[in-house]
Amino acid sequence: MPPNTPSRIELLQGTLDLLILRTLLFGPAHGHALAKHIQETSGEVLQVETGSLYPALHRLEAQGWVAAEWSTSEKGKRAKYYELTAAGRKHLVAEQSRWEQLVAAMTRVLRPAVE
Amino acid sequence: MTGSKLRRLLWTLRSAVVRRRQEQDLDDELRFHLEAEAEERMAEGMTPEEARLQAARSLGNPTAVREQTRTVWTWHPAEQLASDVRFGSRQLRRTKIGSGAAILSLALAIGACVGAFRLIDALLLRPLPVEGAEQLHVVVRKGQTPDGKPNIYDSCAYPMFQLMRSAARGQAELIAVWYPERVDVTYGADSDMEKAYRQYASGHMFATFGLKPALGRLLTEADDRTPGGHPYAVISYDYWTRRFARDAGVLGRTMRMGETLYEIVGVVEPKFTGTDPGTMVDFYLPVMMNRSVLDRNSSSARTLVRLEPGANREALQQKLHGIMYAFEKERAQGFTGLGTAWMRTWFEHERLVLEPARSGVSGMQRAYREALIALSVLVGLVLLIACVNVANLMMARSIARAREMALRVSIGAGRLRLIQLVLVESAWIAFLAAALGSLFASVAAPLVVALINPPNNPARLELPMDWRVLAFSIGLTFVVTFLFGLAPALRASGVKPSSALKGGEDPHARKRLMHSLVAVQVGFCVLVLFLGGLFVSTYERLKDQPTGFSADRVLVLETVAAGKKAPAAWDEVAAALRQTPGVEKVAMLDRPLMSGGSWNGFISVNGAAPKETLAFYRLVSPGLLDAMQIRLVDGRDFLPDDVEPRAAIVNETFVQTYFGGEPRVVGKSFRTNASGPATEIVGVMRDSRYKNAKDPILPVAYFPMLALEKDGALRSSNAATFVVKTAGPNPAALADLLRKRVAQARPEFRVANIRTQQEIVEAHSVRERLLAMLAVFFAGVALVLAGVGLFGVLDHSVLQKRREIGIRMALGAKPWNVVRRVTSDVMKLVLAGVAVGIGCGLASEQYVSKLLYGVKVTDPVAVAAPTIVLLVVAMLAAVPPVMRAVRTNPAHMLRTD
Repeated sequence: MPPNTPSRIELLQGTLDLLILRTLLFGPAHGHALAKHIQETSGEVLQVETGSLYPALHRLEAQGWVAAEWSTSEKGKRAKYYELTAAGRKHLVAEQSRWEQLVAAMTRVLRPAVE
Repeated sequence: MTGSKLRRLLWTLRSAVVRRRQEQDLDDELRFHLEAEAEERMAEGMTPEEARLQAARSLGNPTAVREQTRTVWTWHPAEQLASDVRFGSRQLRRTKIGSGAAILSLALAIGACVGAFRLIDALLLRPLPVEGAEQLHVVVRKGQTPDGKPNIYDSCAYPMFQLMRSAARGQAELIAVWYPERVDVTYGADSDMEKAYRQYASGHMFATFGLKPALGRLLTEADDRTPGGHPYAVISYDYWTRRFARDAGVLGRTMRMGETLYEIVGVVEPKFTGTDPGTMVDFYLPVMMNRSVLDRNSSSARTLVRLEPGANREALQQKLHGIMYAFEKERAQGFTGLGTAWMRTWFEHERLVLEPARSGVSGMQRAYREALIALSVLVGLVLLIACVNVANLMMARSIARAREMALRVSIGAGRLRLIQLVLVESAWIAFLAAALGSLFASVAAPLVVALINPPNNPARLELPMDWRVLAFSIGLTFVVTFLFGLAPALRASGVKPSSALKGGEDPHARKRLMHSLVAVQVGFCVLVLFLGGLFVSTYERLKDQPTGFSADRVLVLETVAAGKKAPAAWDEVAAALRQTPGVEKVAMLDRPLMSGGSWNGFISVNGAAPKETLAFYRLVSPGLLDAMQIRLVDGRDFLPDDVEPRAAIVNETFVQTYFGGEPRVVGKSFRTNASGPATEIVGVMRDSRYKNAKDPILPVAYFPMLALEKDGALRSSNAATFVVKTAGPNPAALADLLRKRVAQARPEFRVANIRTQQEIVEAHSVRERLLAMLAVFFAGVALVLAGVGLFGVLDHSVLQKRREIGIRMALGAKPWNVVRRVTSDVMKLVLAGVAVGIGCGLASEQYVSKLLYGVKVTDPVAVAAPTIVLLVVAMLAAVPPVMRAVRTNPAHMLRTD
């Protein structure tokens, strides 16, 4: 039973969720690597706040879209690795197409095609 | 449930269990993040120190991160409940005094309720622990007394029982049980007599009830064959334990009762303590060992009926009624002596009814049913009063927490969550109170049972602590929680964040609720006081009821002899007692006055047909009137040569009843038997009590103890009662000495029972005394609780109006005006409550009148006393808040805001 959360941050969360799920498509990763990866691939545009990354990861885990497991990192330290689940993959596909529709719609409105 | 939902539920359940590990994991995870970040910075060339600092800065406030992450962990309802429980206990510990007072007052009230339930359950509700208890009925006979009053009883003659049993075969099994009696038994010499409860019972009772022996064998059908031919006894498990310490050697031991020896053949299993709740039978004897078992005129067996499955109760009742009618009709034809019209036709008015008896049948049930129900109403009202107090407390608390609640609402807590939060806190109070209360009940309930009978013959009622009691207590706790917790919970959850956070909401809404609760509380309290007052004055009336004799310094020695002894032997013992130091007067009678035994008959005057009113008889020695201070109105006491039935001393009611109140009846005569000699009235005595303290005075005739048998010899007797008037104020102190004197005077004489006459008289008001005591106690509790409640509400209202009071006083209002403003609302409600309480009291007439004596619900004192007491308490409760209001310093008050 997730607590009620005000709707205005819903969008931001959804966005971060989408980014996390998308990044995990490449394979399991821990929180730090995820943050770095998002930051790098977005061309340093998207600064992932640690303060919202971990809550988001835990929420995704609770929703069953990612699974977590403790294992040893490349540097020999214990780290919590997140992995996309089948449900997460399905969710990602749905969310991604919704996102693309949204972006396309937004683009059409903001930049009307110049004939 | 979809796969993902199931997954979520599982995850939540797991997380509930591993919450602590999860916290640890989150810490590890964040630490790893910091280290990874620092290493990266170091790879970029920073010093380790700098890198760590930078990393920490990038993470932000770790506590905030942790806090935010935690909030997305889902909370399972059970876990939420657990956290609410923890929160509730913290709340209680924070407000120790208020919560403690609430718990104590509730504990007292819940304890009283649980105690009352245990008594009612044990006596009236709990099925007997026997097979087919649900099908068990008892034969009840509803007839009329000679003067047309209803006469309900449940005894049958054994020969009639036998006829009924064979007629019912196939539809029901009938069991005859005699009334349990406290008798003398000995396992050795006469001097080692002890008391035990005996019951004659059909041998097949044990098999019918599916009972098994713990040792030896039980009685069977084979023990019900030959009169006097089955000298066997089966003892109860309780008696085996108490008397024989569960010695297996008890089998084959002989016990003696009177002249008969019985062999103990078995012990019945522990669960069975008899069919008479209130008495635990010690041993069972075959019915054939009862001397009057085949006497058609001795009606002394109770008939239990266990219906076979599918049997028709109505049809069986009809059938048994037919048998009873035929039996009694035949018996009436054989009556000789003074026949009256009633004696020839009484059975025409009698109906046989099968009443359910799943809990057994006993005199105590009949005597205490109404009293226990009245008691449970009283304790129920006290519980409601206590609930109102706690509800007001919770209400005040939830108002004080309005901001906290508003905050919870604005961060997304739902209405149900808040209700749960407040209810859980209420449940804490209720459960602690119930636990404490159950302890209180387990002490109080046996105490009340112990008060039911005189101390030398206590009532014994099993008060088991089992699932019935547990279920009742838990159910009551939930009811109580909702009673006092729901209103505050609803209020708390109805909080509007916008107004509460701004600093307050409509204060009138909660005032209205608190005030109406006060009116309810006052109403209940007045009702408790009203009923309590009625019970107390009933007891007072009964206690002060003149008995017509003096019980002061009188000791009563019920004495038995081994075999019948001539009057001279009895006189010898009386003389020995008379010579004992400290003894003033000694006299004899057949049975002590007001001890329950009654002996009666019809009276014929001047050869006319006997009147339909029964006269009651007693045999007394010369000097008894003097020893008991029964005043002679006319004539003389018996002389040593007066014999029964030639002479009699009669009371004023006797003269009124049979001689129409003639001014002089000494010298006149009457007959108690058509063929016997006439009885001459030698004296008229003042009315005195014969059987009990409540019924109207009976017409009584005393006859001399001395009687001539048909052959002219003096009648011998094996039992009589000595009445000893002592010189000292404490007659009981002489008991042991007198007991010894009797045995010294004639070794074959023995005192079976020694009591003070006062004790015998007081036994008639035991129930009333018990009710009065409990009523006073609960009235006190109710008053205190209602007083505290009133104080709380008034205090609150002064607190709220302090600014208004300040302004008014600054503008020159007189203290009186202030007092009126503060109290008028509440006092109006108090008056309304009083009116409702008294109204309920007046309406309770038909339910309580059976328990009252010499007092009516419409008695002006009964109405006025509770009203005045409550108003006084209300005023006392109002004093501190009013003083506070009057002392309000306007300048100070106005400056603070």
